[in-house]
Amino acid sequence: MLVLEQALNGLQYGVMLFLMAAGLTLVFGIMNLVNLAHGSLYMVGAYLATTFYAWTGSFLLAVVLALLGTLGVGVLVELIALRTLYERDHLDQVLATFGLILFFNELIAIVWGRAALYTSVPVWLSGHVLVLPGVQYPVYRALIIGVGLLVAALLWALVTRTRVGMLIRAGASNRAMVGALGVNIRLLYTLVFGLGAALAGLAGLLAGPIYAVQPGMGEQILIPVFVVIVIGGIGSIRGAFVGAVVVGMVDTLGRAFLKPLLATVLRPSAAESAGPALASMLMYLLMAAVLAFRPQGLFPTGR
Amino acid sequence: MRASPRAIAVGAGLVALALVPLAASALNQPFYLDHFRRIMIFALAALSLDLILGYGGMVSFGHAAYLGIGAYAVGILTHHGVHNGFVQWGVAIAASALVALGIGAVSIRTSGVYFIMITLAFTQMLYYLGISIAQYGGDDGMRLAARSQFGGLVDLRDGVTFYYLVLAVLVLCLLLSHRFVNARFGMVVRAARSNEARARAIGFWPYRYKLGAFVIAGAMCGVAGALLVNHTEYLTPEFMHWTRSGEIMFMVILGGMGTLAGPIVGAVVLLLLEDVLSGWTVHWQIILGPFLVLVVLFAKRGLFGLLPRPSSHG
Repeated sequence: MLVLEQALNGLQYGVMLFLMAAGLTLVFGIMNLVNLAHGSLYMVGAYLATTFYAWTGSFLLAVVLALLGTLGVGVLVELIALRTLYERDHLDQVLATFGLILFFNELIAIVWGRAALYTSVPVWLSGHVLVLPGVQYPVYRALIIGVGLLVAALLWALVTRTRVGMLIRAGASNRAMVGALGVNIRLLYTLVFGLGAALAGLAGLLAGPIYAVQPGMGEQILIPVFVVIVIGGIGSIRGAFVGAVVVGMVDTLGRAFLKPLLATVLRPSAAESAGPALASMLMYLLMAAVLAFRPQGLFPTGR
Repeated sequence: MRASPRAIAVGAGLVALALVPLAASALNQPFYLDHFRRIMIFALAALSLDLILGYGGMVSFGHAAYLGIGAYAVGILTHHGVHNGFVQWGVAIAASALVALGIGAVSIRTSGVYFIMITLAFTQMLYYLGISIAQYGGDDGMRLAARSQFGGLVDLRDGVTFYYLVLAVLVLCLLLSHRFVNARFGMVVRAARSNEARARAIGFWPYRYKLGAFVIAGAMCGVAGALLVNHTEYLTPEFMHWTRSGEIMFMVILGGMGTLAGPIVGAVVLLLLEDVLSGWTVHWQIILGPFLVLVVLFAKRGLFGLLPRPSSHG
């Protein structure tokens, strides 16, 4: 039953990665922008939610305010800094957004300090839920899974069933043509970026009560998100979803079971040191394996 | 033949670096000796990155990996009682070349943004590997019992001797890089950068040449890693932290990528700037971050790139 619980944890980590990866991959697919500062928005979401929750005492209100706040910060960053980067090459984008990360981490450290903040799950979300007879699972983590899957479904509907989604798909395949057909491409960019920022903020505020809220937390999730995107294929939301669940599972199950598994074939002391080392490398090895066979990821978008 | 402004600047810069120990002892500021030694080590790392970034067009966001491999090679051998510098540095070069071969073989199959993310991810993997190996210090790192020993030939325990050794290695690598970029091999790498399809059309297989350049750059950075761990006398996975990769990349851009002296200028300016800023405030990164953005947006050619080019190719 431990396996089931860890599998759920893996799924929970996976949907978290998906919330981040969806925004990043959309922004890349449409604006051709590599945004390292995406993790900073996640961090901003977590800090805002923690602070608003402490101020208002209402979790739901804090969630709404933090989402709006992150959206605002995201749009501001887009207007001030990122807008000029769309036409630049990837090297420029990487360096400039790296500069933004330094700025945001330091800004957060100035306002909230370098020590990690801890916040707790509200009482009405702190129990356990029965998933199978005899298997309990924390309500809050189950909620994250639910929210993540719901967002995935909504995104799918948005992209495939609405006019905005049609423009997003069109923008991803040929930007110049969409602009020539009279669509306000600037507005579309800001919209997509804002959507991505809100998703990152959502991931961040959900993460608040279960991970440490501290400067640099964005990069801890950003790099696994890159792995997800590379595995899934850059620009593909479907790829981001599959990649996120796979990476979430592999990472979580690896950390939980690799050591006892190795202990059955190796000496205990060897397993003791090899287990965690191998577990932390697992998702990167998976990425290398996928790339060896499919250099464009599992769901290539032809870019 | 009249020397170009760039050649004069390079010569003057190297002479200035050679005079640092004299100035430090004259001013009774031994701190500068340490500081410039560190700067030159990072200059070497930045130079090696520029070979693939500036000349090869490969945006590797994981160059700190080789810094770490070189450092770990020396640190692990020292931990097991091997103090011979020739052995240590030989292993450091071989190991970083080997790791570069592995990472390069997978990464160079891809291009563009995939390449950036993959090189970053692999370096992160090595970083976590360093953290999880408790035997060699894990998260906390470990002290280096002694600096590399070269059998009485050079004594690294003496700060000034060590300084000049680093300078000599830097100059040597600068000369090697000059040979490299102007040799046939380097020409193919540069051709593949400006137009890979054409390079292929005239009969080259760019993958091989790019991989070769990637391995050479990795090995050179491995030397920088071996020097760095001797300099700090402390081995830590922080050498491979991804912000380190970003910092090295920024040095290349700041100084001027695609020039050999540029990365060195960039290393000097960035590390001195960090020094000045951190003297002002502990929150110096809040100034450095936007500065970086501004350099990228408005001064892409870098400081060294501001000097006029020599009339022939350079």
